[in-house]
Amino acid sequence: AVGMFLRLLSDVRWRAANPKWRRTTCCQQSTSSTEEPHPISLPVQAQVVICGGGIMGTSVAYHLSKMGWKDIVLLEQGRLAAGTTRFCAGIVSTARQASIELKMADYSNKLYQQLEQETGVNTGYTKTGSISLAQTQDRLISLKRIASSLNVMGIPCEIITPKQVAQLHPLINIHDLVGAMYVPEDALVSSASVSLALATAASRNGVQIHERTSVSHVSIQKGRVTGVETDRGQIQCQYFVNCAGQWAYELGHSGEEPVNIPLHACEHFYLLTHPLKEPLASNLPTIVDPDGRIYIRNWQGGILSGGFEKNPKPLFTEGRNQLEIQNLQEDWDHFEPLLSALLRRMPDLEALQIMQLVNCPESFTPDMRCIMGESPTVRGYFVLAGMNSAGISYGGGAGKYLAEWMVNGYPSENVWSLDLKRFGTLQSSRTFLRHRVMEVMPLMCDLKVPRWDFQTGRQLRTSPLYDRLDAQGARWMEKHGFERVKYFVPPGKDLLDLDQSKTFYKPDWFDIVGSEVKCCKEAVCVIDMSSFTKFEISSTGDQALESLQYLFSNDLDVPVGHVVHTGMLNEKGGYENDCSIARLSKRSFFMISPTDQQVHCWAWLKNRLPDDSNLTMEDVTWKYTALNLIGPRAVDVLSELSYAPMTPQHFPSLFCKEMSVGYANGIRVMSITHTGEPGFMLYIPIEYALHVYNEVMNMGQKYGIRNAGYYALRSLRIEKFFAFWGQDLDAFTTPMECGREFQVKLEKGMQFVGQEALLEQKQKGVYKRFTMFILEDHDTDTDLWPWWGEPIFRNGRYVGKTTSSAYSYSLERHVCLGFVHHFNEKTGEELVVTTDFINQGEYEISIAGQRFQAKAKLYPFSSLFTHRRRKEEVELSGYQRE
Amino acid sequence: FYLTPPQVNSILKANEYSFKVPEFDGKNVSSVLGFDSNQLPANAPIEDRRSAATCLQTRGMLLGVFDGHAGCACAQAVSERLFYYIAVSLLPHETLLEIENAVESGRALLPILQWHKHPNDYFSKEASKLYFNSLRTYWQELIDLNSGETTDVKEALINAFKRLDNDISLEAQVGDPNSFLNYLVLRVAFSGATACVAHVDGVDLHIANTGDSRAMLGVQEEDGSWSAVNLSYDHNAQNEHEVERVKMEHPKSEEKTLVKQDRLLGLLMPFRAFGDVKFKWSIELQKRVVESGPDQLNDNEYTKFIPPNYHTPPYLTAEPEVIHHRLRPQDKFLVLATDGLWETMHRQDVARIVGEYLTGVHHQQPIAVGGYKVTLGQMHGLLTERRARISSVFEDQNAATHLIRHAVGNNEFGTVDHERLSKMLSLPEELARMYRDDITIIVVQFNSHVIGACQNEE
Repeated sequence: AVGMFLRLLSDVRWRAANPKWRRTTCCQQSTSSTEEPHPISLPVQAQVVICGGGIMGTSVAYHLSKMGWKDIVLLEQGRLAAGTTRFCAGIVSTARQASIELKMADYSNKLYQQLEQETGVNTGYTKTGSISLAQTQDRLISLKRIASSLNVMGIPCEIITPKQVAQLHPLINIHDLVGAMYVPEDALVSSASVSLALATAASRNGVQIHERTSVSHVSIQKGRVTGVETDRGQIQCQYFVNCAGQWAYELGHSGEEPVNIPLHACEHFYLLTHPLKEPLASNLPTIVDPDGRIYIRNWQGGILSGGFEKNPKPLFTEGRNQLEIQNLQEDWDHFEPLLSALLRRMPDLEALQIMQLVNCPESFTPDMRCIMGESPTVRGYFVLAGMNSAGISYGGGAGKYLAEWMVNGYPSENVWSLDLKRFGTLQSSRTFLRHRVMEVMPLMCDLKVPRWDFQTGRQLRTSPLYDRLDAQGARWMEKHGFERVKYFVPPGKDLLDLDQSKTFYKPDWFDIVGSEVKCCKEAVCVIDMSSFTKFEISSTGDQALESLQYLFSNDLDVPVGHVVHTGMLNEKGGYENDCSIARLSKRSFFMISPTDQQVHCWAWLKNRLPDDSNLTMEDVTWKYTALNLIGPRAVDVLSELSYAPMTPQHFPSLFCKEMSVGYANGIRVMSITHTGEPGFMLYIPIEYALHVYNEVMNMGQKYGIRNAGYYALRSLRIEKFFAFWGQDLDAFTTPMECGREFQVKLEKGMQFVGQEALLEQKQKGVYKRFTMFILEDHDTDTDLWPWWGEPIFRNGRYVGKTTSSAYSYSLERHVCLGFVHHFNEKTGEELVVTTDFINQGEYEISIAGQRFQAKAKLYPFSSLFTHRRRKEEVELSGYQRE
Repeated sequence: FYLTPPQVNSILKANEYSFKVPEFDGKNVSSVLGFDSNQLPANAPIEDRRSAATCLQTRGMLLGVFDGHAGCACAQAVSERLFYYIAVSLLPHETLLEIENAVESGRALLPILQWHKHPNDYFSKEASKLYFNSLRTYWQELIDLNSGETTDVKEALINAFKRLDNDISLEAQVGDPNSFLNYLVLRVAFSGATACVAHVDGVDLHIANTGDSRAMLGVQEEDGSWSAVNLSYDHNAQNEHEVERVKMEHPKSEEKTLVKQDRLLGLLMPFRAFGDVKFKWSIELQKRVVESGPDQLNDNEYTKFIPPNYHTPPYLTAEPEVIHHRLRPQDKFLVLATDGLWETMHRQDVARIVGEYLTGVHHQQPIAVGGYKVTLGQMHGLLTERRARISSVFEDQNAATHLIRHAVGNNEFGTVDHERLSKMLSLPEELARMYRDDITIIVVQFNSHVIGACQNEE
């Protein structure tokens, strides 16, 4: 039955294929036979071996070969485009939440459109447009947010009324709709044919494609890929690309040195019908009804409709399992809610005859974003997988970025949110993945509101104070598996439950965070910030200082006991990491970076530090609990606990000292708070954590101490115009573009990574500038709140997007941070952004399509600083992504 | 006052327990797949008890339900002790010797039973020494008696029941220097309990029953329908043979006073039971024990009260009626339950509900479209109907819970009515007993493949 269906679903043109991998007609029947002779033997070596002949593998091969790499072998265990790709519903949709995903989908759409012309392979590309329906006002807001980012990208898109929906699609019941989003350029393709077309083009460019060849494992020597072991022999290679889709996890774990690719498959169902009496037109728009959890496209005169149910069925938890593969059958009872949603949306379909219910597993990742990039542990091992059921939409763009990554060393866009290195070994437990994907898959259709937290796979990494804080009303969020406090709910006060608290407007924690902020400003607060990544780098001689001076942009040759804010830049001057480094002694450094840098920063430094046994780097993240004492009275609390004077004369800003607090000795105290407020960070060996916390809380009582969370921290740092890595700063942002030239040792005549790029920027000027915006006519109580990714308009023209925002309780205004570009009005070419350009403009921020006036500023409000300090002493950095 | 479905579920599931027999325990392939058990209290505290254990020195598994009256002390004691008496009765002479030698020389004892207990099923720590000594005396006597014959299960069951009841009676007469224990053994003896116990070994199923709990076999007919086969007889006034037996055991002069208002001596519903020494001891013995007993006992009107027309004790016995049944492949499950269930449900309904539950969960027939012409509307209708039918099934992971849900919540149409369920479960403690009795259920599921294979071997 499956065979019959396949012929119906995909109008695959095998005959159009390149003779190199065209099969003989006799073996078309024997799909499962492995004894079929292979006409061409495998090469002994190649530059690149790609495993997986689905849309991802073929797209990577296509783009690599286009960029000039020719010595490429693509291996497919079965037939090309026979896995998830073949079963894919073939919808190319650009309506995506994250801007990088939106860019990938847009590129894919444009690529597929011209693919048939380029390759001669019929891809079935039809521009149908898509309509996303909103059954609720909240849904409509979320669509409007997407629409406004599509519009500034130049992708046509409009919000339409239910009546207009009815005009675009004759079958839709519009009675329960409040509006919809129409994207006219979205398209349908036959995904298997697209894959085949890409393979054809790649093959013409010299890529060798071998079907029925499975990779058993990847050989690794000294942390580098050296070759691939297959069931047909060995291939030596420099690069390996794992595009094995739902088998990528298993393949990653097959070798001696595991490569963690956290993804897990779930069953996914869609329905195919016979044609309607009056067959549906092939250019009828695709319908996405997220509130009903379904999508509906026209298919050969009938429809194809599937969805993302609330109770997904994960599978292959224990790896490839023949029993489970055989059991992949239609499960009508499971599909019932989706069928009900379909008939509610299109009641006229009742009489339509069923052809088949297709069960095609899709792979999902822990954070709903796909996985690409190089392994942090094995050089030359690249991955592209985990598409969360959007493989065809991302295929083109994702393949292009990965090819650029391999050829140029980095893709042309910031792909950090997709980077494999955002995960570590901690996300590779099968139990964790199984539980998490069961939450992720329904989320495809759930309303995504700001600051949503995953509920599964929690309490994995916790501070020793977790229970203590929890008992005091802490509400938690998770970063890189670490539980962090959002805020503390005061006793007797109750917040809304999870579902009801979802809002695009003023959240229920507004007053709670407000009082925590007030306490930070007037008294003293404690925030547990133990999740920070902490490394210690030391050497026997000067090796540590010398290496770090080259790898970091600020001057680290400071007196012992000083703390330096510095970027870890790439060759283009962009921030790979933003950190604080304390010089503990002449020869050892203590480095603090954002939580999610643990894998990336480690790999970056490991790959670049000299191979010298006298130079050691250690990850000491787990050894220290970090408490942030923020507020004017922090100094009093600490000096009483340590019997040491802590005033600025004795303990100046950006200073670090090991001292005793209470009975505990060896506490690293630093005079930074990551917020611009006065106070201290305490790095406490974990066994002392509870003691120090208790002492601080007891002593702090008389100064009005209280617990606070990250939301208060965020409000504080944003109103002080502090950029955070991962949110505001990324690998495409340089210190020059965010007013941090003073953190770069350009004048000191020292060589460091990114120096040339920065010198050039210093000469020529920057093309974007980090700017702070204060919303003017925005009503906090009744207007939609900004989040991030909102378009910024200068004199009515689009100039960039916000990167983060928060309500400032002292300004009583919303503050947005973002980058301003200068586009030539006619050509769209990027021009230099000057201070005058920023200052001489009228600004507006668009939240879900509604524009609010904003005042731009390049420097923080000095009046906000209660403590006057010398300019260079002012702490102008903070970090960690929220 | 209204309970939400989750609240109802948490009440119903509070005492549920499931045990799945390991597919191969190293010795035998078991004919039992596993069992589900549950109980729902009406009395506070509940007077029902349940037990389940695997015999470790002989083959087979023991399961039982115990319905206490006049308190839960007797049911508790029987639930803790009876299986040890049965297991010991079944042991061959050499094993008994081995155990006795181990105790004598202070060596570790061979484990006799592996219990399968819900956390709420407790054992009395204080009395364990006392109970052990009585049990040891029993096996010492068995060793002395060494008949040299292989133990017959039926006989073993009868001996164990009688012996335990005898020990309960003796312990109360002798008393204990520890005042807590002394009061305990008296409470055990003055309260009562019925027992319905199953012993399953391969295809041999023995049911030993004392009182009005009931064992019922669920049989699947060739057409797939379900029927019930009783494997026990209720010992109460509705059972003519029982009435006959009681009358035979006493002089004709008492014929009119023996059974009054369907009760033994006008007082007791079950005609056989453990404990209940008020129906077993002579009046002199009762008076002596009560007077020398602790004050609590003396102040208790019930214990001091002598049944009317009490002339020729004993009127009550704990001797069970034992029924042997050879399991057949069509015998799919066994239900052991106290009278709380059987008062509200007909056995035929019990067989059907459990049968459909067990097959529904395990062999839910998937729908396949295949080559048929089915429209979306037709499919939708079919699925909605299936969902309505199975929704109540999928709420429960435990057959006993499922049965209780029906027993308490069934409306006149035989389907679970949530409103009724909610009302019945939210009754205040003092009212609950008027609307329903304690319910205790064990559903044992058999492995038809193993049973079929055993049959073929013979």
